[in-house]
Parts: sequence; structure tokens; C-alpha cells
Amino acid sequence: MLKQIEGSRAVAEAVALCRPEVICAYPISPQTHIVEALGEMVKSKRLSPCEYINVESEFAAMSVSIGASAAGARAYTATASQGLLFMTEAVYNASGLGLPIVMTVANRAIGAPINIWNDHSDSLSQRDSGWMQLFAENNQEAVDLHIQAFRLAEELSMPIMVCMDGYILTHAFERVDIPAQEQVDAYLPLFEPRQVLDPAEPISIGAMVGPEAFMEVKYLAHAKQMQAIERIPQLAAEFKNTFGRDSGGLIRTYRSEDAETMIIAMGSVLGTIKDTVDEMRIEGHRIGVLSIISYRPFPLEQVKKALLHCKRFLVLEKSLAVGMGGIVATDVRMAVTGAGLKGYTAVAGLGGRPIFKSQLHQLFRQAEREELPPVTFLDLDWDAVNKQLAREKQTRRSGPVAENILHDKGIVSAKFG
Amino acid sequence: MFQIRVHGRGGQGVVTAAEMLSIAAFEEGRHAQAFPSFGSERTGAPVVAFCRISDREIRSREPIVEADAVIIQDPTLLHQVAVFAGLKSEGYVLVNSQHGIEDLGLGEFATEHRAVRFCSLPATELGIRHIGRPIPNVPLLAGFAALSGIIKLESVVKAINARFRGQVAEGNISAATEAYHLVKEVACSSR
Repeated sequence: MLKQIEGSRAVAEAVALCRPEVICAYPISPQTHIVEALGEMVKSKRLSPCEYINVESEFAAMSVSIGASAAGARAYTATASQGLLFMTEAVYNASGLGLPIVMTVANRAIGAPINIWNDHSDSLSQRDSGWMQLFAENNQEAVDLHIQAFRLAEELSMPIMVCMDGYILTHAFERVDIPAQEQVDAYLPLFEPRQVLDPAEPISIGAMVGPEAFMEVKYLAHAKQMQAIERIPQLAAEFKNTFGRDSGGLIRTYRSEDAETMIIAMGSVLGTIKDTVDEMRIEGHRIGVLSIISYRPFPLEQVKKALLHCKRFLVLEKSLAVGMGGIVATDVRMAVTGAGLKGYTAVAGLGGRPIFKSQLHQLFRQAEREELPPVTFLDLDWDAVNKQLAREKQTRRSGPVAENILHDKGIVSAKFG
Repeated sequence: MFQIRVHGRGGQGVVTAAEMLSIAAFEEGRHAQAFPSFGSERTGAPVVAFCRISDREIRSREPIVEADAVIIQDPTLLHQVAVFAGLKSEGYVLVNSQHGIEDLGLGEFATEHRAVRFCSLPATELGIRHIGRPIPNVPLLAGFAALSGIIKLESVVKAINARFRGQVAEGNISAATEAYHLVKEVACSSR
């Protein structure tokens, strides 16, 4: 059913359609509206049987999810930013134990400086946690990926993060087709756990594993993600059969047939990128787009195939490997090792910095002309940066960086441009 | 694509206004996208929200730079925030005020931008009278419908019913209806 609905509310509807039996989350912006809506549904018994468990922290939220999943319940949680970091130890436990928890990450920057707005630092910090990570381009895809995520997680008995851009998607009202319960039931079978804590048949989960077996357990986690590379496109195709639309998959290309320059990105910025590329195509630029939906597992072969025909590529990413450059770009470069392509990285949109089409036009043209340095910081205020650097050179006690920059910029009011 | 910016202050229902506008457009079978600003939202602080309306899927996520319409929920923002930045030459401006454009100090701007269609509406007063609260957002939406013709009053009413229930919905509907007729009949005749 088509609805004009907030992204968070739409995701809550999708999660409810997946019939979770235990939901345990701790509120943190910009994820809060999702679990609030689910809490209401559980309380009103619209979502039943389901237990909504209030906890005191994200660490507890993930720990309860682990317990619920180990007891054979379909478990769901959601978090963002510092919340994800706070639960990190349990995040690794969930995947290490092979428990198919689905978690929405409403992507948000990590402090300090504290910042509630969007970038991809939070879930990318969990790159090696053993969780799969799927990125939604818009709210329809966020809805659809949750349904696919439960199916994939439970098939493989491994957890998945469905990543959606905080505020930009979670707080956006747009048209979303909310599937019917029968459709979701037809696509997503009942949860049949691979391992279950059952007093009638006692087992232990979470044994200490020494050097004699640790590598094998870790390798099997890797092998599961390699299986996911096979299964993700199949599940997306099945999804299309049931629901009638393309959603999910490993990657997606756009106007890439004869493209000499390819732009690579994840998440909601792809919409702005596609509009920019359409405008450039009208002017005759041979430019295309590669969307990465599955960040983990990373589809090396598929990315390579999508890029081999081009001459150069630009990875535009909302994340920064401090001291190195791009995070996504590293994986993309790995995919095309030896192919002789020129590769560029643009770090953009950190901490919610808006990304404008006008900036992309300029950036993409620079990439086309191969005028970019290996790593570019889109819309970085060099005056502010240089002023602080000069201050630090002049004075030992130069003070806190964030406060200095805020002062220099005279931040007082809401910005919109 | 028609792009609207709603400027106001935290607590005035700025984000709600943009969301309801998107619902009204959706009710007319159109694509619409509403989203809040990228800034701190505190009671009283300047806030901006955005709404795009189109007959095609809306993909861009950039904040609205070139606006077809600007709705200003608090006239004190006129001197604090660049509310008219990027306003298109034949755009619409709706200001929440009991005063006319000249009294608001916008006479010069109006002369320079002759094609821009200005209007003011005492939306706070309408809110107090019909809803019992000084919330101007819904009357302004109805006023915007009257000024621009981009959406119908009945779609605004549908959006009100999607958001509110009971007395609050009724109060908002009567405020919207009066606002719509005020803009249609009175406020814009003397531009």
C-alpha cells in the first residue's frame, strides 16, 4: 500500500511485517522514531506475539538480542553512532556466535566532537565485526532490505545491519509502498534456528575456543559471507518476483554502459549523484554510477566487472579513515587491482554536511579531467583549517579545536545553504 | 519539480508543515519529499524544513537552494536569516504577519522582484482563534495552497486528518479554511 510516510515509521512497519518476537533497543537519535513506533505496535498488540524489552543501554540491548536469538526468537534492534560503539563487544559476540539478529543502523557520525547528523562512520567502524551490512538508497529500499535481511540472516545464521542515512532517510517523508502481510509471509518463512537454548535439550553456546579451533570458527564466519555473495542477488530476484520491484542485490549500475568515468557511492547520496549524472549526460559527458548496496560482504568480483570498461573512477564516501583516506575506496581499489584505472577518493558529507549537486558537478568534472589528488575533501573550509593550524603553530595553549572552529565560523543560526 | 522552503522557529511546527505539505501533494497523486534542516533544533532557534513536489520520483537529497516558494512562519526571521536566498524570480512568498508587505519592510524587495508573488497572513492569530495555540503552520499551508494553487485546500484538509484527530483536527480545518479564503479574497488583492 502506497503511503506518504516518515522513513523511520516505514521501517517500523516493515520490521513489524517480519514478525519479530523480541525487540530490544535503547533510544538514540536518529534511530529513535523506529523503535518508538515498534514499541507502540507491541503495546497496542498490533504486533503480537512480540516482547518489547526496555533496557538501560545499547550494550544491554545487544546482549538481550543475543539471548533472545539464542533462545530461538526472531530478534531485532536498532541503533546509531555512539550507541553502536557502546554495544561493540556484544556486536562481535552476536556474529561470533552466529546469531541472525537484524539491526537497523540509522547512520550517524561518531564524536568527539559530538554530532548527531549523518555520515557512515558508525557502521563502517564495525566493518570487521562479522556482521553483514546493507545500505539503502531511499526509504523504499530501507523497507525492502529489512525484509530481505531477516531472510538472509536466518538462512546463514549470521547477523545483518541494515544501514540507512540518519535524518536524510530516517526523517524524510516520501512515498513508500508498504507490502501486505501475506506477501512478507510468503517471502519470509518462520525462523528455524540452527542452534537453540532449550532446557529440554541442554547445550552450551559460547564456549572458550583456543588456538586449536579459533581460526576455523573465524574462517567459517568468512565463508558465510562468501555464501552471502551468492545468495544476496538470488534473494533480490526472489524479492522482485514476490513484491514486483528491484530492491537490494550486491551492486547496481546506472547509465554505465559507455561510461568513461564511474562514480561509486553508498546510501542516500546516490539520488543526488544520479540527478547530477543525468544533467551531465545531457551535456554529453560519458559518466555513470555504481551503487554499492552490500558493503559486507564486499562484492569484489561484481565491482570489478562494473568498473573494468571505464577509464577512471571516483569513490564518494561519507567516511574517513583518519591517517589514510577513504574506507570504501580502499575496497574498491582492491577490486580493480592491476586493471590500470585511475582511482580517486572524495570524502564528503561528514557530520551531516549537505552535499549539493553544484558541488558534485564540479567534482565530477575534475575527476573526468583527472585533475583531482588521490584524496579530496568536498566542501572543506580551508580558511578555517589553516587558521587553526596557524593558531596551533603560534600558541602552545591553542585551546580546543572544535570550539575554535565554531568561534571562527560564528555559528549562531540554522543553516540551509 | 516545485521546491518549497519553510522558515520558522523551533516549536512553530516548521518540520510538521513540510511533512503535511508532502502528504497533501501525495493525496493528489504526486511525488513529494519533505525533510528537516541540517541544524540544531531548539525551541526558538531558527529552523528550516524543505518540501519538493514533482510528477516524477524525487531522488535528490540536497537541501533546497533554488526555491519556488518560501513560507516564513516568523517575520522576525526576515532580518536574521537569508530567507529569500535562491528564491526564483517568479516565486511565491507567504509571511505570517498581520502587517502588509510594506509595513514588514519588504517594499523595496518587492519592487526589485516584481514577479515574486507576495502575501502575508495573520496565521498566529488564526491558530490562537481556531486551535487555541499560537501555532501558525497549518493556516500557512492553506494560505500557500490559495496563493500558489500548487495544492488544493481539500488536500490540506486530508493532511490535517492524517496528522490530527478530534477537536485538534477540527480546529485546524477551520483555521485552514479561513486562511485559504483570506488569502484568496483579501490579502492578495492589494499587492
